[in-house]
Amino acid sequence: MKARIPELAKRLRSREISAVELTKAYIEAIEKLNPTLNAYVHLTFDTALEAAEQADQRLKEDDAPLLCGIPMALKDNICTDGLPTTCCSRILKDFRPYYDATAWEKLKALGAVLLGKTNMDEFAMGSTSETSCYGAPLNPRNTNYVTGGSSGGSAAAVCANLAVYSLGSDTGGSIRQPASFCGVVGLKPTYGAVSRYGLIAYGSSLDQIGPLANSVKDAAIVFDAIKGGDKRDQTSVDYDYGSSLAECLDRDVKGVRIGVAEEFFDGINPEIKAKIEDAIKLLERNGAVVENLRFPALKIALPVYYIIACAEASSNLGRYDGIRYGHRASSYTSIDDMIVKTRNEGFGDEVKRRIMLGTYVLSSGYYDAYYKKACLIREEINREFDAVFEKCDVLIAPTAPNTAFPLNYRGSGPVEMYLSDICTVPVNIAGVPAISVPCGEDARGLPIGMQIIGRRFGEATVLQVAHFYEQSAGKVLGDYEGGAGI
Amino acid sequence: MNYEIVCGIETHIELATRTKIFCGCTTEFGGEPNTHCCPVCTGQPGSLPILNQKVVEYAIRAGLALNCKINTRSHMDRKNYVYPDLPKAYQISQYDEPLCENGYIELDSGKRIGITRIHIEEDAGKLIHENGYTYIDYNRSGVPLIEIVSEPDISSAEEAREYAEKLQLIMRYIGISDCKMQEGSMRCDVNLSLRKPGDPNFGVRTEIKNINSLSFIQKAVMAEAERQADILDAGGTIVQQTMRYDEATNSVAPMRDKENSDDYRYFPDPDILRFCIDEDKIEEIRASLPELPFDKLRRYVNDLGLPEATARQISRYRKVAEFFEGTLAGGASVKNAANLIVGTIFSHMNTEEEKELFAVRISADQFAELVRLLDEKKINYGVAQGTLQKMLESGKSVDEFIKPEDLAGISDEELESLCREAFDANPKAVADVRNGKDKAINVMFGFIMKKTGGKADIRKAEALLRKMIGHD
Ligand SMILES: [Zn+2]
Repeated sequence: MKARIPELAKRLRSREISAVELTKAYIEAIEKLNPTLNAYVHLTFDTALEAAEQADQRLKEDDAPLLCGIPMALKDNICTDGLPTTCCSRILKDFRPYYDATAWEKLKALGAVLLGKTNMDEFAMGSTSETSCYGAPLNPRNTNYVTGGSSGGSAAAVCANLAVYSLGSDTGGSIRQPASFCGVVGLKPTYGAVSRYGLIAYGSSLDQIGPLANSVKDAAIVFDAIKGGDKRDQTSVDYDYGSSLAECLDRDVKGVRIGVAEEFFDGINPEIKAKIEDAIKLLERNGAVVENLRFPALKIALPVYYIIACAEASSNLGRYDGIRYGHRASSYTSIDDMIVKTRNEGFGDEVKRRIMLGTYVLSSGYYDAYYKKACLIREEINREFDAVFEKCDVLIAPTAPNTAFPLNYRGSGPVEMYLSDICTVPVNIAGVPAISVPCGEDARGLPIGMQIIGRRFGEATVLQVAHFYEQSAGKVLGDYEGGAGI
Repeated sequence: MNYEIVCGIETHIELATRTKIFCGCTTEFGGEPNTHCCPVCTGQPGSLPILNQKVVEYAIRAGLALNCKINTRSHMDRKNYVYPDLPKAYQISQYDEPLCENGYIELDSGKRIGITRIHIEEDAGKLIHENGYTYIDYNRSGVPLIEIVSEPDISSAEEAREYAEKLQLIMRYIGISDCKMQEGSMRCDVNLSLRKPGDPNFGVRTEIKNINSLSFIQKAVMAEAERQADILDAGGTIVQQTMRYDEATNSVAPMRDKENSDDYRYFPDPDILRFCIDEDKIEEIRASLPELPFDKLRRYVNDLGLPEATARQISRYRKVAEFFEGTLAGGASVKNAANLIVGTIFSHMNTEEEKELFAVRISADQFAELVRLLDEKKINYGVAQGTLQKMLESGKSVDEFIKPEDLAGISDEELESLCREAFDANPKAVADVRNGKDKAINVMFGFIMKKTGGKADIRKAEALLRKMIGHD
């Protein structure tokens, strides 16, 4: 049985279990399962046990934070002072930053116990986590299938109960899609809600850190802990959510207007479509009002996403030249040769593909036709979201058009893989929040995720609807046994 | 063949903010390599820039002082290129929305050199070549710069120099940079082409990079204009390229060029929000600007009646001008104050920098006290000079050196008898003056000054002596 944060917090306070014991249980499970699942790429057990000991001290006080002593994991693109942070790329293989990402700094201050860094697509570029230089993580629900990506290791760790919760990052669906594939909850917050300081950039105007967890409430608890403005990130916003979102989940959905846009269901696997429709009906039976809407810009969102994300990535990844940190080619004839060789050896194919694509769309002569046009359409998509949210409180859509791919599935090539991001990318383009919650399984027993999208800084409503659904729907996934026995 | 010079200047100026443009690191010059650094200015993964508001404010000061329009909406762009001193592989700069546009600098002739734009950006680190290795020092990485681009309105080497000199003066005056060309806090790139007089089309231009002194700007423009003229006269064509001025040979030669064909792939930096500048803020900055040197010069000549040369020397340095104006506020006369500053105080200051700093040990008020004594003829100019010297050395006030009893001076009767004594004691000098050697009167002046310790009013003494000599 997978543990939830509030229960664990209670047991830690009643001394039924200590943070050290809890941590050891997770370490044991990781040692047993991780060699197969490959969810973690760097294990930080020594520092985890130290943190757990400190947490036990702190838990003696009445005011220990809820997350104190709870074991968790971080995606490998979130900087951890003195601990490996490699983006699962050869080019950063031995990189250890000397600073913490703000989101991690906040959790650490609350007494979080970091078990390790999780597997991901190289530089978060991919939808299966297979572009990791450490090899792909496997889907704990069926190890013949991928975890999704790019936060695949973070989703697998939570799914397999190798962490109580984890942080991922979402640039075009990288939290929600693997959450959907692994049957866990994944929240992509509003752009700016969580500081990006210390998140190694992929697409800076799209990237956002968020939690993956085994329940909506856990996700809300973690979001509460990491949100907030940061003087080290100018794009962060100190939005006043009023109170703890985790404490305001127990609301019904009476009168909540649910938008359903047919474009989100075009070309979706019928099994998935049926499950989402069932979920919508459940909400409607409980008093939600369904509004049928149009979202014509959806089709164009995908190219807009790939142009903007790759353009920003081509610039963000220019710094990996072997001069200051990371991999450096062992032999070279000149500085230019060193940089070329270093990058050639250090980056994988998908990263190179996106750097080239991004370089191309920013080149003089192509800038107007691609990058500039994409930015204009981005405005259009924002306006469409604004119009939609005049008519509804949340938008419901599938998280992905398909369930998990078999391992090594290539389809007809990269473009088919890119197409699988269709339902998630508009959310990043507009910077709005969205959650993926499990809503059933396909015939093979692979989880299906439902996406609930809200207004900018509308996390409260998104989490409330998701929590209501989760509580009302009951058991939607088969049992998963394994992970930490606690 | 005669050609017309068409020249524009791009100037990079390091802003004297306390911290860097995107992080809290100090901008202080020097320091052990890589000690004024942090994750942001060394481009560590995951770090993010925070725009220093002081930089924006300083750039607006520059814009207003150069008569620019300030754009109330602006943003930062990334200029992408690969070079080891550029830690992020892009420089954060401004491309299509510079902070300031459409200004000018007026030359002495009244001709205006247009300012196309002023934008803010970050400096790169420094490569140090030593023992066959190349090291990188990122202490300068992220130091704020403004780039000031002029219109191609400059048409002679002298104008080029004057433009740069005036720009330097203004930037120093408004306190945003020390503009030390030899230390690199002001660097000029000169664009130059030639055309036949009256030809509306521009010729092919070259760019001379990184000129680091005012006189080199003048020389480089001359050398490059001559080089281009020789090529054109011989029927050749000018190649568009980047050049370097070599001061040792006073010649201009093409640079090994890595940048000519670069496509910088500018795009808005997603890490820095677009920013809006309040009209109120602009007005606040405008109100805080000092009177500029050329306005002061004009006022000193027209309203105060100072000779232009003196006015120029005083108005050139903000601290000197402020000292001068403080002295006037203390009740001193324009002429005596100006003459003592230029004649006595400046004689202690050998370099431009010393005058710029104007580190004198006395206040304007203390100085005014002395000048007032001179104005009221209680002391003569020589005593004033001597006392000023002592005051400058000690930082003490005038009453330390001149006692009230000294100020009683010499009565007219005493002076008359002294003159008589001088007349009687120097028959040869009297004869010489009578014979037309007028300078011989100085012998008698010396006699009187020596007797009175320099306190005698020499003009009165002269009148008396001339009467005695019968030569008035
Ligand atoms: Zn710094």
